[in-house]
Parts: sequence; C-alpha cells; structure tokens
Amino acid sequence: MEYFLQQICRQAPPAGGVEYLLQQFINGVTLGSIYGLIAIGYTMVYGIIGMINFAHGDIFMVGAFIALIAFLTLVAIGLTSIPIALFLVLLIAMGLTALYGWTVERLAYRPLRRSFRLAPLISAIGMSIILQNYVQVAQGARVKPLPPLIEGTHALLASETFSVELSNVQIIVVLTTIALMAIFSWIVANTRLGRDMRACEQDLVMASLLGVNIDRTISLTFVFGAALASVAGIMYLLYYGVIDFYIGFLAGVKAFTAAVLGGIGSLPGAMIGGLLIGLIETLWSACFTIEYKDVAAFSILIIVLIFLPTGLLGRPDVEKV
Amino acid sequence: MRQGAQVQNEAASRTGETLIAQALKEAALAALIAFGLFGFLVGIRTDQGPTGALIVYPRLQALGLLVGAVFVGSLARALIFGNAPALQHVTLPNAVTDRLRQAARFAAPALLAFALMMPFLFYTNRYVLDLGILILTYVMLGWGLNVVVGLAGLLDLGYVAFFAVGSYSYALLAQNFGISFWFGLPIAGILAAFAGILLGFPVLRLRGDYLAIVTLGFGEIIRLVLLNWRDFTGGPNGIASIPRPSFFGLPFTDTPNGFAATFGLEFTPTHRVVFLYYLILALALLTNWATLRLRRLPIGRAWEALREDEIACRSLGINTTNTKLTAFAIGAMFGGFAGAFFATRQGFISPESFNFNESALVLAIVVLGGMGSQLGVAIAALVMLGSFELFREFEQYRLLLFGVAMVIIMVWRPRGLVATRTPSILFVSGGTPTKGAS
Repeated sequence: MEYFLQQICRQAPPAGGVEYLLQQFINGVTLGSIYGLIAIGYTMVYGIIGMINFAHGDIFMVGAFIALIAFLTLVAIGLTSIPIALFLVLLIAMGLTALYGWTVERLAYRPLRRSFRLAPLISAIGMSIILQNYVQVAQGARVKPLPPLIEGTHALLASETFSVELSNVQIIVVLTTIALMAIFSWIVANTRLGRDMRACEQDLVMASLLGVNIDRTISLTFVFGAALASVAGIMYLLYYGVIDFYIGFLAGVKAFTAAVLGGIGSLPGAMIGGLLIGLIETLWSACFTIEYKDVAAFSILIIVLIFLPTGLLGRPDVEKV
Repeated sequence: MRQGAQVQNEAASRTGETLIAQALKEAALAALIAFGLFGFLVGIRTDQGPTGALIVYPRLQALGLLVGAVFVGSLARALIFGNAPALQHVTLPNAVTDRLRQAARFAAPALLAFALMMPFLFYTNRYVLDLGILILTYVMLGWGLNVVVGLAGLLDLGYVAFFAVGSYSYALLAQNFGISFWFGLPIAGILAAFAGILLGFPVLRLRGDYLAIVTLGFGEIIRLVLLNWRDFTGGPNGIASIPRPSFFGLPFTDTPNGFAATFGLEFTPTHRVVFLYYLILALALLTNWATLRLRRLPIGRAWEALREDEIACRSLGINTTNTKLTAFAIGAMFGGFAGAFFATRQGFISPESFNFNESALVLAIVVLGGMGSQLGVAIAALVMLGSFELFREFEQYRLLLFGVAMVIIMVWRPRGLVATRTPSILFVSGGTPTKGAS
C-alpha cells in the first residue's frame, strides 16, 4: 500500500502516505461542497429551461464580494461578535445575491425565451462579462484579502511525521452544505413551488397549460440558485481568505462540470458531481503538478461531455423536432 | 379616424393620472431594486489600508447617481412605452430600412476602396496604420469564426485557441527551424485546421450548448498548456524575436539587399508597416472570398441548412458530423493564418494574448455583425475596435460596455445589429425558392 501510494503520489511524504491522502480527501470534500452548491444553480436552470447560465459563476463571485463588503461594514460600524456578524452576512449576501439572480434573469434571459437556440447562451456570456467588469470597476482589480475569521483545528490522526487536521472552517463548510442541501431538497420535493419546478422541468408548455405560473417559477429558480451560490461565495471567502473579480470564471466552469458529471437536472447529482470534482482537483494537485490542475478540470469536462453526456444520475435526453 | 383619435385622447386624459402614478410606482420599485443591487458593491468601496488589511469607505455619490439614473430611466420608459417591454418596440421604419439596404449595396465596395487607399491617405500616420492592421486582424478572425458560428451555427467559445495554435506554430517553426513566414503561414493554417479536426472529431456530436462549453474548455486547455510547458513554449515569458516577414525574400532593412535598396527607394520603417497592412488585407479578403465561394458549394448549403434545422438535415441524409467538421476545420485554418500573421507582426507572443476575453471579443464581433453576414462582421469589427480606440481613457469601462452591447443585441435584434443574413436559398410560402441577399 505504502509503495503503491508512493508510486502514484510522488509528492507524498514517505512516512505518511495514508495520512497525507486522508488530509487531501478532507480538503477535497470541503472544496467539493463549494462546487456542489454552485452546481445546483446550473443544474436547476438547465433542467427547467435547458440553458447554460454562463453568468452563474459570476453570481457566485458577486455573492462573495457582497459578503466581504457586508462583513467589513458590520465590523466598521462596531459589531464585534464574529458569529453574529457572520450570520447577518449570510442573510444579507443570500438576499442581495438572490436579487442579482432575479435581475439577471429578468433583463437578459426572459425576453429571449422564444428566440433562436443560441441567443440565451450568448446573452449569458454578455452578462458574465458585465458582472465581472462591473465588480472590477466598482471594487478594483486587486485581490481582496480577509484575515481568517474562524480559527482552530482538530488533529484527527497523528503519526510522527504527519498529522491529519480538520479545521473548524471545513466543518462549518460541510455542515452548512449538508443543511442547505437538505432544505432545498425538501423544498423541491414537498412544497407547491417545488412541484411547479418539477412540472416545468418535465414539460414547460404543459405545465403552463395546467396553470403553473412559468415566469414566476423560473424566476424563483434563479433566485434559489443565486442564493445558494452566494453561500458558496461566503464559504470560499472563509476557506481561502482571498477573492478577486475573476474567481467566478474557473469556479463556474468547474461547478458546471460537476453538474454535468452528476447528471444535469438532478439535485443529488450536482452534489455528487461537486464532491467528485473537488476530490479530483485536490488529489491531482497533491499527486501531480499543481500547474495542470485546471487542465485536469477542463479535460474532465470534455471527457464527461463526450462519453457520459447524461452524467451519473441524469436521464437520457431525447431530441425532439 | 379623427373620431378615433379623439376617443383615444379622452381615454388618455382620463387614464393619464393613473398612468403617471403607475409609472412613478414602477420607477420607485426599480430604484429600490437598483439600491439593493448597487448598495454594497458600488456604495461601499473596499481598499487595502496602510497596514495591508482592507478598509471600507462609503461612496454615496456614485450610488445616488446610479439609483437616480435607474429611477429616471425607468420612469421615462414607463411613460413612453407604457407596459410593453421597451426594446421590442423600437423598430426602424420601413423607409429607413429600405434606404439602409440601398446604402448597404454600396457599403462593401466603398469600404474595400477605402481599405485599399488607407496606406496612401495615412502614409505618414503610423498610429492609424497600426490601428488599421489591428482592425483587419479582427475582421479576418471574425470572418473565420463566421464560418463556424454564422454559417454552420456552431457556437465556438474557444476560437482563440486556433489563433494561438497558428501563432505558436509559426513562432516555434521560425525559431527552431528557421522557416520563413511564407512557408510558415500555410503550415500554421494546416496545423490549426488539424487542431480543429482533433477537437471537432469527438465533440461535434454534442448539442449546441454543450459544444460551446467544450470549445471553451479546449481554449483554456491550450492557453494553460502554453503557459506551463516552459521548455517548449517559454511559459509566461512567451516567445520573443520572431522573424519579421520579408517582401518575398527581400527583408525590410536598411541593407543593400533590402526592400528599399532593391527598388531604389529611400529606406523607411513605414514600408514594413504598409506591407503588413496589405498582407493582412489580402489574407482577410482571401478569407472572405473563400467563404463566399464555399457558400455556393454543396458543403456551404449544408452548413446553412444545419444552422437552420439539424434534425431535418439528418433526415435528409446529410452527414452532420462531417459537415460540422469541415466548418470547424476551415474556421480554424483561417484562425491559424491570422495567428501566424499576428506572431510575425508583433514579433513577440505570450499566452496572455490568447485568453477567453479574446474569444468573447471575436464572438461579439460576429454576433453584433449579424451572424453570417460578411459585411456586417467587417463593420462590427471596425465600429467596435474603433470605439475602443476612441474611448481609450475609459479603458476600464469598455469591456463592461461590450458585455452590455452583447446582451442588448440578443434581446433586441438577436440576428444582429448591423445586418441580417437570410439563408442563401430560402423556400418561401409562395412555392418558389428565392435567392436571399448576401
């Protein structure tokens, strides 16, 4: 085992192969949770209106920025308790990012619902460029660092050379993701809105004939997707401690890969895909060259789309005239 | 008629007040939403303070300006257009479009004549010549991408990858094997076409939007490999001192066997600039000519048919994969030619020049020009890069504006602002196939 690990993982410290991999596994699950939350936005929108919301990664970035500014403002006006501040930041960021999601849909996608098939995607690319450059103009191009707010780690396994650590941030990230996933799955499964969403996903025209308010349902899908992306943005901010206006592009592509890998349109698929992408990325960085980790992510995207276009949990898509 | 107008007037005066009240309400709501959107991101600015930690300070003036603008804009919109969505209602009157169509017939020859005359008109103005070269490079890229996006209807978000393949092919061939520009140019085009086939073969079975994302991924992979494969590509430092093109073997230098001396002219560096200008003009026109000819061939017809309805194409026995592949390869080849030209003109290339924004810019040119229209693409490139130059001091806003333009074009006139291209042959309901205008 030890020899095998050293063979595939040349950077692993010689004595701590298993521990090292376990540590990477923990890091990968944390990263995967973040990707999974973003992926939900892609998968829901694609499931319902069949478009790739190219601007979704940038919505995630906007969420991270709103969270950062809200936190700094709360501190500046004299709030000292970090848990309360973080809770308020969560509410503010979710609310305002959801507003961004709603506005983007209203302005750039809704008028195009009957347009030719590439129009919404091109509009979404335009929207992505708008959001990126808007944040760059408004907040500057330099990276925004934030000192670690949640400190403390727990040593899980310690050998002489390497100890596996689980930080409080990682626990919070994973627990929040599980909680949000549970809430959102419950909404989709048990509420009137969730039923409308599932109806729209199956057949948009039929749903509208049966009295589902399509515009409202689609808007709310964008709102929920954006709110979840903003939570991912907060977690990214807490976990990495630094953001800039360009983080949305890569995170968006990876989350989209996660959504496709899990089977686009499927909620558990998005989460599983996110976890897989997070794990692959961290293990790749741990074992191979870190420079090529994004190449690995893009290659997985291409390979999945070619060989497994329906994903792990997706339904085969029948093309209709 | 008059009676109708009177009734309308009365109705308007009766509902006038409620209309204004409603407009005010709508505008207030829009302003509230704008406040929510811009409140944090514009109203509060973060910067690194003296200790390195972030500090915040309010920027209420900018916030107030933006929210006010949204209020006024929304109010004006509601008063002018009522409840109807604004953009759909702005259509040009028929007389204007007819006039424009007439003008368009002369626009292409006029533009071509101007392009040919340019170096004589601005012989002393190096800046204008350089700008002309830049615009023509993008015209060529736009025409190349037009084959893929405009004719075959395949959304390619990684077109810059083929541009990069062409650039690096020529640069590396010239550096390692001393191959001259005139041999490097076709090789660069062929290699780019191969890259197109290599990518296209597995992915062209995918649906439109998946294809777009795969091409985006391919473009990024190429850029990241160029960035990280230091031994081969020079990594982030790129490749410098790429040989300049020669006039069919005569270098543009102040030497006895140089261009100037051979033709008995006084040496000036402008010769090279003018030569580069005509070179890219010729390459662009070659692209245009090839595209126009291809469109009349069965393969060109198949591209357009594919764009209009893929399932129908397949039912009629067109091999969609091969058809798409040719479009992809030909588009990539033109991108490769443009890349080789770019490398020899700049003399220096690095992965920086081949990022996603470049792909988005070329795509925006094609979209704005009206997908499929050759003249539209040329005008869009001219307008877009020209305005980039004009508004150089607003550099940080220009990408923002170009994103806004892309969204507005899609919402307002999804088939393009400058021109719309109908299929070369269109079956109209009268029963006779008619030839569309190009």
